[in-house]
Amino acid sequence: MTALLTVKNLVIGFEKAKPVVDDVSFSVAPGKTLALVGESGSGKTLSCRAALRILPPAAQLRGGQIEFFGRDSATPIDITSLSERKMRSIRGNRISMIFQEPMRSLSPLHRIGNQVSEALKLHHNFDAAQRKKLVLEQFDRVGFPNPERVYDSYPFELSGGMRQRAMIAMAMVGRPDLLIADEPTTALDVTTQAQVLGLIKDLQAETGMGVILVTHDLGVVANMADDVVVMNRGRVMESGPAPLILRDPHHPYTKDLMAAAPEIPATPADRPKEDERDYILEMRDVNKTYELKASSPWGAKSVVNAVRGVDFGVERGKTLAVVGESGSGKTTCARMALGAERADSGASILFRAEPGAEPVNLQDLNRAERLAFQRQAQMVFQDPYSTLNPRMRVKDALCEPLEIHGIGSASERIDRAVEILRWVGLNENMLTRYPHAFSGGQRQRLSIARALMLDPTFLVCDEPTSALDVSVQEQVLGLLEDIRDRLNLSYLFISHDLAVVARIADEVAVMRAGLVVEQGPPEQLFYNPQHPYTKALIAAQPEPDIARPINLKIVAQGAGAPSSWPDAFRFDGVNAPPLRETEPGHKVRYHA
Amino acid sequence: MALLRFAVFRFLTMLATLVVVSVLVFVIINLPPGDYLSNQINELRATGQSNGIAKAEFLRQEYSLDQPLWKQYLIWAGFMPGPHGFAGLLQGEFGWSFEFDKPVADLVGGALWMTVLVNLAAVLFIYAVALPLGVLAAAKSKTWIDYTSAFIGYLGLATPNFLLALILFYYGNRYLNLPIGGLMDPQFEGEPMSFEKMKSVLIHLIIPTFVIGTSGAAAMMQRLRANLLDELGKPYVETARAKGMSEPRMLSKYPLRVAFNPFVADIGTLLPSLVSGSVLVSVVLGLQTIGPLLLSALKSQDLFLSAFVLMFVALLTLIGTLVSDLLLALLDPRIRFGGRER
Repeated sequence: MTALLTVKNLVIGFEKAKPVVDDVSFSVAPGKTLALVGESGSGKTLSCRAALRILPPAAQLRGGQIEFFGRDSATPIDITSLSERKMRSIRGNRISMIFQEPMRSLSPLHRIGNQVSEALKLHHNFDAAQRKKLVLEQFDRVGFPNPERVYDSYPFELSGGMRQRAMIAMAMVGRPDLLIADEPTTALDVTTQAQVLGLIKDLQAETGMGVILVTHDLGVVANMADDVVVMNRGRVMESGPAPLILRDPHHPYTKDLMAAAPEIPATPADRPKEDERDYILEMRDVNKTYELKASSPWGAKSVVNAVRGVDFGVERGKTLAVVGESGSGKTTCARMALGAERADSGASILFRAEPGAEPVNLQDLNRAERLAFQRQAQMVFQDPYSTLNPRMRVKDALCEPLEIHGIGSASERIDRAVEILRWVGLNENMLTRYPHAFSGGQRQRLSIARALMLDPTFLVCDEPTSALDVSVQEQVLGLLEDIRDRLNLSYLFISHDLAVVARIADEVAVMRAGLVVEQGPPEQLFYNPQHPYTKALIAAQPEPDIARPINLKIVAQGAGAPSSWPDAFRFDGVNAPPLRETEPGHKVRYHA
Repeated sequence: MALLRFAVFRFLTMLATLVVVSVLVFVIINLPPGDYLSNQINELRATGQSNGIAKAEFLRQEYSLDQPLWKQYLIWAGFMPGPHGFAGLLQGEFGWSFEFDKPVADLVGGALWMTVLVNLAAVLFIYAVALPLGVLAAAKSKTWIDYTSAFIGYLGLATPNFLLALILFYYGNRYLNLPIGGLMDPQFEGEPMSFEKMKSVLIHLIIPTFVIGTSGAAAMMQRLRANLLDELGKPYVETARAKGMSEPRMLSKYPLRVAFNPFVADIGTLLPSLVSGSVLVSVVLGLQTIGPLLLSALKSQDLFLSAFVLMFVALLTLIGTLVSDLLLALLDPRIRFGGRER
């Protein structure tokens, strides 16, 4: 079979610097999926954009061939030498593309229907009514329950997954020969990701188009790809059929990537049972409601139940993980655990600094108590790029907490900073640098170092690895485990990624719509999940293993609204069944 | 429908704001000690002219200046009857200018329209110049086109308006035979509107429009360029390119639409800054706008004249913001549907 797109010896560089894509070759056949895998900066995105010639203005195509052999073309088309005009007739028509951030990849000011039908308007001679008909058909195919409504909606009225479906509809409406998907699911929740990946697969089977999938996630690769190209620093490390590479990687870089990919282990580990539990933080009967401003000055206020009836504790020296998709209330829980947000009255959030000490209630702290608590509890944030002040040197950022609490002299503070930097695997000559001189992983280490400066006993980690590459994520998780055990820290760990949680947590609470739907130690939760939502989360997790593909049926069953769950778990969104213990330590929310 | 409700709501808040502004204006004008009449009475006493004093005293009573301040305000605004019944702003009575010894309405009548005319021309000029140049500078950023337009723009910003006015008058008159000073040829003053008069006004408008508009246009252009450059880096621009749109079409449909918001929002702030900023220019160019009137009224504490002019400027500002808010709601669905549940 002739290849749809053939890229040979591609070289791309910026200005006079060394090439960032160097001697890259790959090809994709009709009906097949090629995955370009690599970490950020590996050149995978530039390589696939070269096929559409939508590179940043400063990037130059220095060499190589790109040939496209579409269904309508008699001979292969040389993309590199095509006129801009002819190139435009290929973009969005024969080759189309979907992007990473569905939130920002659609114009906020134009209706979805307008933006999608534009792809037809540009390349075909349909009249307005025909265009609308085709677009509505496509909307139906990508799984919009009400195509007419979506047609007249603005992007901000749709959720992330829905927007990505709209993007896919826009790419597919012109029936392209080749679809380039640049990290199409990275910004989505794991259950949504599973559904979007399933959709791309279905559409591919239906139309016979080729797909180039750019991703950093080997789990996604295992579920989608026929062929794999592994890239690192602009070069191809290894390429070949997906089963071969995933089962038996040869290049050391691929092996590292495989080893770093977090996965839910296949067999339960034994864990000794605790008799007497020593909680550092207990949240009992915690509810949080927000009042939304009414749409008109006369309208009634609406109330959002962000967190409902949360009841769990963080054991000393252990990690409690709270898992859920965006909007599940997990971050609100984290904020209340830090005293940054007050729960509704009637809740008790108790913090014990020492075993057996008199607990303080975070709901009503006086000034002195609050100050003391803030020394004990610290936070590690999600995005290491925006949580460090770009105008503060590392030294100043690290010493600031000590200054605020008036601890130590200037030189003692520096000594402490040096010591902590060593703990997190950085060295003291980095003290005078500014944050921009560090990579994402190093910044997250800095952010952890800053949290440790006050010698806390309790850390809240809000998705600390979700902005990082897999191999860096692995290192940061290792560091967190290491310092937890060394300093006897306790973590409240917020995440949407079950595989990350499987590794670090001693207890897991799964949240959905403000409610804990299932709670228990990871071995019980992962090997004997009871709740359909937990099952969906586990099923949706892409594994870098060809033998364990995503089961979309399970995902669809649990990922929907609570009213679509099986009978025993179903509720109307308001009157939830109680959380019951099914086996010791394992609680599930269901109707008895 | 939602838009109509928004417009009505916005209009009502504008009226409320206008009332608050009127209180502020009245209080601020009365803050310095004394007023035009008591100053005059003192002066007349010192020079021993007693017949003048009687007239001044009469005017004081006539315009209730002997009443407490809050009563003066209510009478002036027309919320409360004065010596001649309800006769305030609400009833269209703008009061008496003591300095010019004429009703304020007669005094400012022509100047009001001239002010609106000059500033409207300046606003149109600003938008007409800034829109194409700003888009061009952003689309061709970091090329000689961008640098040249920025250079000219900064020259426009940095040159004092009155200096520019004098230079333009000199060269405009010498080479293009443009008239110097005023807003029309002297023979048309006080004449009813005719084709000839309109032509004369338009020719006289060329230089003032240019002088008042340059700095605004330069600033607006740079703002549009910066906004557009921000938008050009957004992913949806790439989406449009990947769809196969041509560059000019893509540019005008997507990023320009978004970058247009601040452009529109500026209407509100542009009007008052033009009116107050053009006072000096109006004096230098001899334009019969309310700028020079305001200056002299404030200097001599001519209560009703200055209050009226300030109220007029405030009204212009409020109308400007009203127009820009309504336009924004029309342009941007995020604002229109801001309160709508998802």
